[in-house]
Amino acid sequence: MSTQEALALGLATTAKPTPAPRRRIGLGTWLLPTYSVMALVFLLIPIVYTIVFSFNISGKSNIAWNGFTFANWTNVCDQQDVCAAFGASLLIGSISTVSATILGTMIAIALVRYRFRFRAITSLLIFLPMATPEVVIGAGLAAQFLSAGVPKGIGTIILAHTMFCLSFVVVTVKARVASLDPALEEAGRDLYGSPRQVFLRITFPLLLPGILAAALLSFSLSFDDFIITYFNAGTVQTFPTYIYISATRGIPAQANVIASAVFFIAIAIVVISQVAAQSRRKRLGKTP
Amino acid sequence: MAGGFFAESGADLELKDIHKRFPGFTAIEDLSLTIPAGSFFALLGPSGCGKTTTLRLVAGLEEPTSGQVLIGGKDVTSTKPFQRPVNTVFQSYALFPHMTVLENVAFGLKRRKITDPIGKAHEALRLVELDHLATRKPQQLSGGQQQRVALARAVVNRPALLLLDEPLGALDLKLRRQMQLELKTIQNEVGLTFVHVTHDQEEAMTMADTVAVMNKGRIEQLGSPEDLYELPKTAFVANFLGQSNLFTGEVASSTSTSISVEVGGRKVVVPKARAQVHEGTVTIGVRPEKLTLLAAEPTAESGTNIIGPGRVVDVSFSGVSTQYVVEVPGVGAVVVFAQNMSFGPVVQLGAQAWATWTVDHGFGLSDHPEALTTDADA
Amino acid sequence: MAITAFSGSAVAVEAAPRRRSRIALVLLLPGILYLVLFFVVPLVSLIITSLESQTAPGSGVYQYGFNVQNYSDSIVQYLPQILRSFLYAILATVFALLFSYPLAYFIGVKARRWPLLQSFMLILVIAPFFISFLLRTLAWKTILADEGPVVGTLKALSLLGPQGHITGEPIAVVFGLTYNFIPFMCLPLYTTLERLDVRYLEASTDLYASGWSTFRRVTIPLSLPGIVSGTLLTFIPAAGDYVNASQEFLGGSSSAMIGNVIQSNFLVQSNYPAAAALSIVLMAIILIIVSVYVRRSGTDDLL
Ligand SMILES: Nc1ncnc2c1ncn2[C@@H]1O[C@H](COP(=O)(O)OP(=O)(O)OP(=O)(O)O)[C@@H](O)[C@H]1O
Ligand SMILES: [Mg+2]
Repeated sequence: MSTQEALALGLATTAKPTPAPRRRIGLGTWLLPTYSVMALVFLLIPIVYTIVFSFNISGKSNIAWNGFTFANWTNVCDQQDVCAAFGASLLIGSISTVSATILGTMIAIALVRYRFRFRAITSLLIFLPMATPEVVIGAGLAAQFLSAGVPKGIGTIILAHTMFCLSFVVVTVKARVASLDPALEEAGRDLYGSPRQVFLRITFPLLLPGILAAALLSFSLSFDDFIITYFNAGTVQTFPTYIYISATRGIPAQANVIASAVFFIAIAIVVISQVAAQSRRKRLGKTP
Repeated sequence: MAGGFFAESGADLELKDIHKRFPGFTAIEDLSLTIPAGSFFALLGPSGCGKTTTLRLVAGLEEPTSGQVLIGGKDVTSTKPFQRPVNTVFQSYALFPHMTVLENVAFGLKRRKITDPIGKAHEALRLVELDHLATRKPQQLSGGQQQRVALARAVVNRPALLLLDEPLGALDLKLRRQMQLELKTIQNEVGLTFVHVTHDQEEAMTMADTVAVMNKGRIEQLGSPEDLYELPKTAFVANFLGQSNLFTGEVASSTSTSISVEVGGRKVVVPKARAQVHEGTVTIGVRPEKLTLLAAEPTAESGTNIIGPGRVVDVSFSGVSTQYVVEVPGVGAVVVFAQNMSFGPVVQLGAQAWATWTVDHGFGLSDHPEALTTDADA
Repeated sequence: MAITAFSGSAVAVEAAPRRRSRIALVLLLPGILYLVLFFVVPLVSLIITSLESQTAPGSGVYQYGFNVQNYSDSIVQYLPQILRSFLYAILATVFALLFSYPLAYFIGVKARRWPLLQSFMLILVIAPFFISFLLRTLAWKTILADEGPVVGTLKALSLLGPQGHITGEPIAVVFGLTYNFIPFMCLPLYTTLERLDVRYLEASTDLYASGWSTFRRVTIPLSLPGIVSGTLLTFIPAAGDYVNASQEFLGGSSSAMIGNVIQSNFLVQSNYPAAAALSIVLMAIILIIVSVYVRRSGTDDLL
């Protein structure tokens, strides 16, 4: 091809306007978004139901809609059992969270940072509780407490919850430790930090987001656990066991109030931490 | 597409008035070009000028905001990528990580139900000298090996149109030359149409029949490698392909065949056929290797331009040639490449010097001089 | 976010551990001891309990006796419940996967251009975690009840006979299991799909693969780690669940699962050996299924 031809062909600007391309209509263009919105709506149905019925004028059972009221919210503790069960859940959740977070964080640091024998079996020991159905864990602990003659109560529930939260803490914190650049700690040592100072001033602050996330996860697992708790509760009622036992005779609207309040608080925490993470990312993005 | 057969020959590609706008950014502005069947076309341009976007539009991975894409005379603007007789060697390779090298190369053949995909895949791997690594996963290959697998994966399909997005960028010089030859061989053998994107101007010049220089979403100039080099039409092309000395001045007089431009108190003549603008303020230029450096003022002759006197401010030796920078009052720095025909520099640092060149080597640009200065600032 | 921990070990890039030290022991020992004491020992005592026999028939007092017959007895007696558990769990896992994959794909791939929308949709996916699991299930019970809107509509459309029910039927149990474990399926799928490089999909369409073919040969294999951890996180708890299937919730007399049997034997009938034997059977079957599944899907490194 001669250059002249190429130039003539190539740069000759055709005067006649070309039609705009037809947009392709594919599966992804409208079907998928529509489906996704509908799927999310479906997921939210029972949540909305629970929240709406926390405003219902109701007697003992809270199934039919009788009219709107704030009374259940203002008088949550009119139903003393609900409040007591909620209190027990908070107490159990807090203690289990603190102990599981401490034990789990220690294991996570050791797993990522140190070499030791029996590594594989340690990892298996962490993984297995997550792969064991709750009935088995519940029944096993109950059988053990039974044979050891330990009376069931708040104590046994806390021991059980700490156990199953532990594995989740290890997994969450481990991811954070692994993503931590060891050079940062080395720099700390290089700058005359004692091991203790390095841990307190560098390692721990960097791990804190992961530890907090693990604690949050622990608390929500503990707070919502029913199966393991039921096997080891004795006469103590937590919020979930209260609902289970009351299911036959009807759940008071105050239970919906507590569940809704917990829901809003949890969503608020998640949204705030997301926004904080987003703005931190933006801030870091500006100064590369 | 009627599957099951290789393309008989290359197809021509025509882009008509293509615009491509991303949200808040226009990547391609009014692009029209035709690439004849069987040619080797190179797209050259600085990073971010829209080369990859152009290829993606042709492959169908991106839809133009307006305009048409025609392959072999057929409008494929709204055809899906897998229905186009086009294959791409991606800038990022995009080798499937869950498949072996062989499976990667056979992928397209299997989708088109071509007979003996495995045999043909091995053949393609032999072509890029990687058949011994056929069972490896892409992560187990070096960057250059991955690039060659990507090449094999596209070439094995014998597409009517092969798009190459900097396919040789990660290779060392020797392998690169070898792959360039392979590419040329494949292209000649089957008569495929190649559209080759590259940063490397030497690669573009040696391999392509036609080179297009792109800048900011537009094609600045398109032509054979020699034409682009000898007769650049814009300052961008003049400086992107090799180096140029550019002078701006008023057209003082003109004859039927040439114009005479006032530069630094001297008249510089450029043939009209080689100048884009014939009146007013114009920018003209000449390549540094076309200049002859003289220590004494030459006598003016017709057919020769003279510039100077100036002071030699820099001399740098680079083996084959020596580069001199001469600071000429009222003109600026003039760069001269002189072949090292004799020992020692032609003129000494700090000496007075004149530069001359044959009128037929000059060229006149189409840029508006103001646009040029703002360009230079940017 | 805390919940992404569910997506399992795939996230962490494990740096080579470098030091051998006594500190490691100090860090490990309390937690490991705790797990041994409250996970391993209970499993052992479960095995011991499962081998106990009654001192005298009908006495209700048990003592150790290597009574393997407990296993055969309870398996024979509760075979329908055992089979039903795994059938329901498999169905729920399949339904949850079919439900979640398109949603996770949209959030993880299509919504990338709008990070705010992405976060918003993700929060909606995990929202069910934050409201009591039991209350959610009870909400479905009311919605699906005979007097509820769903049954009414289905009857009006003649899709359900005039005597038809949903609650108390197996369909309600499978529905409840599916619903409750969707977030566990969605999150791991999301985490792998979110990192899916769309350039592979482009390369595939460039190589003559249609949309479906690209999905089957590129998208699915590349998201396999998410599929595997999502199905495990759904299947394991679903197989052992007894809330959905219990009669106060979505189940009926003919939909009891192995979890219900274990619970009633342990907590109601105080037949500890039977409950323990069934627990061990459940755990053994799950471990076998999981290890075969993980090996078959070629994601060994997930564990
Ligand atoms: N999806 C997109 N959204 C917005 N802008 C885009 C998008 N894709 C490309 N661009 C912009 O379009 C311009 C052209 O991009 P393109 O990838 O075509 O450059 P290129 O010439 O191939 O560069 P390089 O040589 O570095 O590969 C760039 O400025 C880029 O930032
Ligand atoms: Mg590019």
